[in-house]
Amino acid sequence: MSRQSTILFRDARLIDPVALTELRGDLLVRGGKIVDAFTDKRATPPGGAEVIECNGACLAPGIVDIGVKVGEPGNRHKESFRSAGLAAAAGGVTTIVTRPDTDPAIDSPESLQFIARRAATDAIVRVLPMAALTKGRLGREMTEIGFLQDAGAVAFTDGDRVVADTKVCARALTYARSLGALVIGHVQEPGLSAGAAVTSGKFASLRGLPGVSPMAERMGLDRDISLLEMTGARYHADQITTARALPALERAKRNGLDITAGISIHHLTLNELDVADYRTFFKFKPPLRSEDDRLAVVEAVRTGLIDIICSMHTPQDEESKRLPFEEAASGAVGLETLLPAALRLYHAGMIDMPRLFRALSLNPARRMGLDCGSLLPGAPADLVLFDPDAPFVLDRASLHSKSKNTPFDGARMQGKVLGTWLGGKLISERP
Amino acid sequence: MTFRASHLLGIEPLHPDEIRTLLDLSDRYAEENRKGVRHRDVLAGMTQINMFFENSTRTQASFELAGKRLGADVMSMAMQASSVKKGETLIDTALTLNAMHPDLLIVRHPQAGAVDLLAQKVNCAVINAGDGPHEHPTQALLDALTIRRAKGRLHRLSIAICGDIAHSRVARSNILLLGKMENRIRLIAPPTLMPAGIAELGVEVFDDMQQGLADVDVVMMLRLQKERMDGGFIPSEREYYHRFGLDAVKLGYAKPDAIVMHPGPMNRGVEIDGTLADDINRSVIQTQVEMGVAVRMAAMELLAQNLRARRAAKGVMA
Repeated sequence: MSRQSTILFRDARLIDPVALTELRGDLLVRGGKIVDAFTDKRATPPGGAEVIECNGACLAPGIVDIGVKVGEPGNRHKESFRSAGLAAAAGGVTTIVTRPDTDPAIDSPESLQFIARRAATDAIVRVLPMAALTKGRLGREMTEIGFLQDAGAVAFTDGDRVVADTKVCARALTYARSLGALVIGHVQEPGLSAGAAVTSGKFASLRGLPGVSPMAERMGLDRDISLLEMTGARYHADQITTARALPALERAKRNGLDITAGISIHHLTLNELDVADYRTFFKFKPPLRSEDDRLAVVEAVRTGLIDIICSMHTPQDEESKRLPFEEAASGAVGLETLLPAALRLYHAGMIDMPRLFRALSLNPARRMGLDCGSLLPGAPADLVLFDPDAPFVLDRASLHSKSKNTPFDGARMQGKVLGTWLGGKLISERP
Repeated sequence: MTFRASHLLGIEPLHPDEIRTLLDLSDRYAEENRKGVRHRDVLAGMTQINMFFENSTRTQASFELAGKRLGADVMSMAMQASSVKKGETLIDTALTLNAMHPDLLIVRHPQAGAVDLLAQKVNCAVINAGDGPHEHPTQALLDALTIRRAKGRLHRLSIAICGDIAHSRVARSNILLLGKMENRIRLIAPPTLMPAGIAELGVEVFDDMQQGLADVDVVMMLRLQKERMDGGFIPSEREYYHRFGLDAVKLGYAKPDAIVMHPGPMNRGVEIDGTLADDINRSVIQTQVEMGVAVRMAAMELLAQNLRARRAAKGVMA
C-alpha cells in the first residue's frame, strides 16, 4: 500500500471523539490522511480505492499512549523498540510517548538521539520520546531542556520520581515555561509515600504491608498546582488516582492553569483488593486504590476532568516480580491490554465509546501537539478497527511484549483489534 | 478431627473448627509434656528445617524442641549468615532446600507475604513462624491455648491487645483468631501505632489505657518493635511507659482476675512493669512459653498427617 493509496472503510461504527458521536458510515482515506467521513449517504469508492468492509465494527482514531517504558537503553531484555512497537500495534496504539526512566536516563540530547534512531529503525508505530526533567533524574539540576526540545523531546519528566526539592522544581518549571515545554509530574508527597507498597487501610493492615495514605497524592498535586500558579508552566499530572485529589484538579483548571491529568488503565479497572495474596503483578506506583476511589476517577474520566488514559506500560522480567511483595518491582505491561481493559468501562455502562477515545486518543494527541487522535479531514489516518464485543481469555504468553507481567492473565475480556493503521498503512492485522 | 490444610501460613484461612482441633491436640501435648511423656514416633523419619531469616531465640528453640520431642530430624539454619547474603533470591533458596526433600519447613522472614511465596514453590508442609508484620499463627494459637486454660473458655471474653499494634504480626493473628472464636477485642495504642482501617475488622479502638482496659478478662501486651520503626512513632520510651506501659494501677482497670500476657521478649519498663510481669498470680507469660512447644507439636503432627496422606494419594512414599 503506497502513501498515495486510497482506502475506503465501509460500514463502520465511526467513533468521533471531537463531536462525541458514534455514527454508522464510511471513512475515506487518501495519501495517509483522512479525507472525510460519510454518515448520511454511502460513499462511492474512487477508482483504484481499496475497500475494507467493516461490517459495523468500531473504527476509531489510533490510541496515543503517554508514558510507555521501553527497555532501551539498559534493559532491552525487558522490552525493545521492536517488541514495544509490535505490542502497541496489536493493541491499537499508533503513537507511543516513551518515558526517560531508562538506564541510563534520557537526560542529554545525545541519549535522546540514540533512542530516536533506535525507534526509527525498529518500531512500527510512531515513537515520541520524553526526556528527564533533571539530570540523572536525581532532582538536583535541570536538564538541557532547550537542546532536548530541539532534539525532539515532547515532554519532560522524572518518571515516578518526585522532584522533592521545591526550589529545583520551581526553577525547572520556570525555565520550561520560557520554552513552552510540557512538564509531566508524578504527584506524591515523597516523604509520606516513602517505602509504601500499597494504599493504607484495612487491606494493607491485614496483609502487614507498608501503606501510604491516599492523601499523599493530593499533597503532591497541591504543591505542583501552587508551583504552576507561581511559574505559569505547562503541566500534566501523570496519574490522578484518588477521589480526594479531584477537587484540587478541578479548581486548578477552573482558575485557568495550563494543567491536564492522566490515569493508568489499571487504576481505572482494578482496586487494592486485587493484590489478594501478595500478587506482585498487581503492584503499581502509585498503588491500586479503594473501590470508592476507582469509581470516582472513572467518573472523572467520563466528565473530562481527567483528560488522558494511558497504559503506563512498564515491562518487568520474572526475576523482578518473583519476590516478596515489598521487594518486587512495580508496574505492568499494558500496550496490548489497554483497549480491552478500557472497554470494560464501556461494557459496564460507565463511559461511552466517544468519551473513551477522547481520553485514549484525542486528548493525549492534543496535549502533545500532534494532529492525530481524531477522524477530522486532514488528520493522519492513524486508525484502529476493532470488535468491541468479541470475547477472549487473556493468555499472557500470547503478548508481543518481551515481558509478560500483566495483571490480566487469565482474565475474561472483550474487544479484539481487527486492524491498526498508521498514516494509512496497515501495521497490524488480526491473524 | 478437621484440619486439612497443607500449610499453616496464617490464622486468616482457618475455620473455627480447625482452630479447636489444633487447640485440643495442643492441650493433650501440654499435659503430656508436663508428665515427661515423649512421642518420638510421630515425626520419626521426617526432616524439619528451621529457616529463620530474622533473629529469633525463643520461637526457634520452641520449634526445635517441638520437632525433637516428636522424633523429627531437626536442622536449624541461620539464614542471615547464608547464601541470602550472597544475593540468592528467596525462591532459589526455597528450591534448593526443596531439592533436599524436607518434610516440614519452619520459616520466619522480615517481609509480609514472603512465607506464602515460598510455600508455593516447595512440596512439603510450611509453617509460618512470622512474616514481617503480617501473621504469626503459632503465637496466636499458643495465646489462645493459654487463655482457654486460664479462663476455662475461648469465647465471649473481653480481651485487650495493647501497644505496638502497627508493627505486630502477633496482634494481627490474635485479632483474627480471637475474632473467629467470638470474643470482644479492644485495641489500645497511641494512634501512631494503630494500623489504618483496623476498626473495620470489628474491633474496638482506644488510645487510652483506662478506658480500653475497663473490665477486660485478658490484657495482652505487645513488644515495642523498635527494629521495625523507620522514624519516631512515639516521643520517648518514658512517655510511652507513662501512658501505655502496663503497671499495677492500669491493671486495676481490668477485671480483678484478669490475666496478663506478653509474647516476649519483653522490654521491661517500656511496655510492662517488671514486677507485674513476674507476678505469678496475674502473669501467664511463662505459661505462654510452655504452651508454645505444645502448640507447635500439634501443628506439626497435623501437617505431617496431611502431608503423608497427600503423598500416599500421589503414590509417593512419605
